[in-house]
Amino acid sequence: MKYALRRIMALVLTMIAVSFLTFAAFHLIGGDPAQAILGTSATPERLELLRHEMGLDRPFLVQYFHWLAGFVTGDLGTSYSYRQPVAELIMPKLGVTFVMVMLSFLIIVALSFPLGMQDAQHSEGKFSWVWTVIGQICMAVPSFFLSIIVSYVCGIVLRFFTPGDFPDMYRHFGSALHYLFFAAVCIAVPRIAMCARMLKSTIIGEMEKSYVRTAISRGNDRQAVLKYHVLKNSLVPTIAFLGQTMAEIVGGGIVVEQVFGIPGIGRFLVSSIATRDYPVVQALVVIMAFWVIMAGTIADLINMKIDPRLRLGGGE
Amino acid sequence: MKKRLLAGILAFCLAGTSLVGCGGASKGGTDRSESNEIVIGISQDLDQSLDPHVTVAAGTKEVMFNVFEGLVKYDPDGNTIPAVASDYEISDDGLTYTFTLREGVKFHNGETVDLDDVIYSIERCKTDPNVNPQTSTGLQCIDSLEKKDDTTLVIKLSEPNTELMSLLTLAILPDDYDKQDTQPVGTGPYKYVSRTAQENVVLERFEDYWGTPGNIDKVTYKIEEKAESLVLGLESGALDLVSHLTTTQTNELDKSDFNIETGSMNLVQALYLNNARAPFDDELVRQALCYAIDRQYILDMAFDGYGYPIGSNVFPSFKKYFDDSLTDYYTVDIDKAKELLAEAGYPDGFSMTITVPSNYQPHCDTAEVIVDELKKINVTATVKKVEWDTWLDETYKNRDFDSTVIGLTADPLTARSLLERFKSDADNNFMNYNDAEYDELFAKAIKTYDDEEQVKVYKAMEKNLTEHAANVYIQDMADMIAIRKGLTGLTFYPLYVLDVSTLKWE
Repeated sequence: MKYALRRIMALVLTMIAVSFLTFAAFHLIGGDPAQAILGTSATPERLELLRHEMGLDRPFLVQYFHWLAGFVTGDLGTSYSYRQPVAELIMPKLGVTFVMVMLSFLIIVALSFPLGMQDAQHSEGKFSWVWTVIGQICMAVPSFFLSIIVSYVCGIVLRFFTPGDFPDMYRHFGSALHYLFFAAVCIAVPRIAMCARMLKSTIIGEMEKSYVRTAISRGNDRQAVLKYHVLKNSLVPTIAFLGQTMAEIVGGGIVVEQVFGIPGIGRFLVSSIATRDYPVVQALVVIMAFWVIMAGTIADLINMKIDPRLRLGGGE
Repeated sequence: MKKRLLAGILAFCLAGTSLVGCGGASKGGTDRSESNEIVIGISQDLDQSLDPHVTVAAGTKEVMFNVFEGLVKYDPDGNTIPAVASDYEISDDGLTYTFTLREGVKFHNGETVDLDDVIYSIERCKTDPNVNPQTSTGLQCIDSLEKKDDTTLVIKLSEPNTELMSLLTLAILPDDYDKQDTQPVGTGPYKYVSRTAQENVVLERFEDYWGTPGNIDKVTYKIEEKAESLVLGLESGALDLVSHLTTTQTNELDKSDFNIETGSMNLVQALYLNNARAPFDDELVRQALCYAIDRQYILDMAFDGYGYPIGSNVFPSFKKYFDDSLTDYYTVDIDKAKELLAEAGYPDGFSMTITVPSNYQPHCDTAEVIVDELKKINVTATVKKVEWDTWLDETYKNRDFDSTVIGLTADPLTARSLLERFKSDADNNFMNYNDAEYDELFAKAIKTYDDEEQVKVYKAMEKNLTEHAANVYIQDMADMIAIRKGLTGLTFYPLYVLDVSTLKWE
């Protein structure tokens, strides 16, 4: 209970810090949203009018606390670029990104465990180097590049899906999922390779430990030892890694979304930064910070469930 | 165990492929020709406000051209023709304009246009501080707007203004409607339906349009900021038409599916020089640059040979004012350029920076080629890429730059809007051009009421810019448009617009 409280406190503080830093960063990098909107037709009068309308003529801290007060009460503000409430703008996009990230995560988990275990068991086999090379290649290929290849091969050549024609997810969930599957794979591939390798080296490390030798020498089946003892012990670092992955694929998704033309938050974030649309960027950054921290927290909680040593605050 | 693992992996892959199998098959342009709709790819989302009087981005106007109309509108040659007005008359002294309102013109919200709407729209453009200053400044010559009867509007001017007709292409809006920002209402052949930020904008044919109605029922503009995605979208069948492509991109497309049309961007691309900063304050230096920079080489290197070379600040499609004799005023002559530099006191050349907005690839490419060309006269140029925002702030507003490659458009489509910016005290004279003769000519131009005379004066101004080498004029860029086979009726305007009302599926 105490732990949970501590985590929540940390979460709130981190989010405030992140939001403040983003706010400050925007003021430091300069660029004026009013100027960005008016472009070459800006006159001093028009700029002043628009700045006042946006509240940009107030002192920095006043602007920040105004935003914070709004955020706490559930008001994310109004987008400069669209004159629509931020919440209304980003919610549908958040949903799309969420589905894509979860799908990708599912693929990572479903594939990296069997692959990692398989690889660990046959690490001394004749062809283990083939797996290592494939893994290396998968890790090295940037998601961005993979996205271009996949949308070309699967989209243009094989016609499995129509790149650029993302269906409305809230009306055609099935076909949206179908479209997102390809993007999710592109995000997942390097991560699967990393995760599998991580699992493999942990398993191999565990297999060399004396309890494994003892268990096998006492006549236990090798597979059973792997399944019931080694795997459980190897899970902790892997789950921590998966927690990190969960956080990072949101970032990786930004580029992939752009290539696949998926209307998620990634594309929106990039364009909002360019137009200095503070309210949108603030909201998205805070939500992403929340996501990152939550992923870490959940991974920790799962690990504590698995490994009693962590619960006691001890460990190795 | 091993087998089970393998089976698991296989099952997962199968699940993936079955997902692939069950999804909707790809639909190309054929489906849309049956449902009579099209999808156009655009690379930039629309402005924050869709209010046509406030809108600034060219990309927004390109789309909204189909939604709004003024008393008059442009035809494909750039002339103004009656629209919401059915007829007009100009008095001999150029001070009184009499417009007859077209009968039964409807707004998209079903209301009928009356003179109050017209007066409201013009007044708003004249006085509201949110309105594009180029329009409001031009309208200051209007002395009074009078309703003679229900269909006759008399506009009295304090001084003649030959550009009033161009300004009166301003959109006519209903006077009792306050949601133009987000749900605009006009009188054009297409009505605005909806927009989703960073995703799309949807227009539908307006059934009660007074003139020749559009052919296509529904037009969706899809926003794809990455050029690769636009090309991919065309190939996959998600998009039917994309303009402003480069030749590299159009070359990727399968020519059996697409027609590639070449228009022009209707802008003046130039190496704009900061005339107030040494060494560009010296006319000889500027002329040397003009002699050194080979425009055809730029077109060949960066534009696959497409583009229309120019010699002054007017683009060729604006035929009335374009003076072709200036195009070859400077021909490539490296020796002459070196001589001029020596005469100006730079026998060993100098260094300069070329600032370019990084989001405009063609301008960046052009700058790179120029760097190469300037080496021949020992001028060391470096390209400085900046964000668009920074460009606006530093280069355009603060005029803190050596030189920049950019394209300037005419908005509204008048010679004045293209040439006024070189007046020494103009707000937007970011290149700090300062020439007394030019200022005199401009003063004369706006006071000349005879159309023919005025064209002559404007042409003299163009010549002035060329002779004094105000900037290194390069070209009006070619505009490559990919259009799906079966879709016809593409019309070019000397404006940055895409008229969807003439498009149709065969």
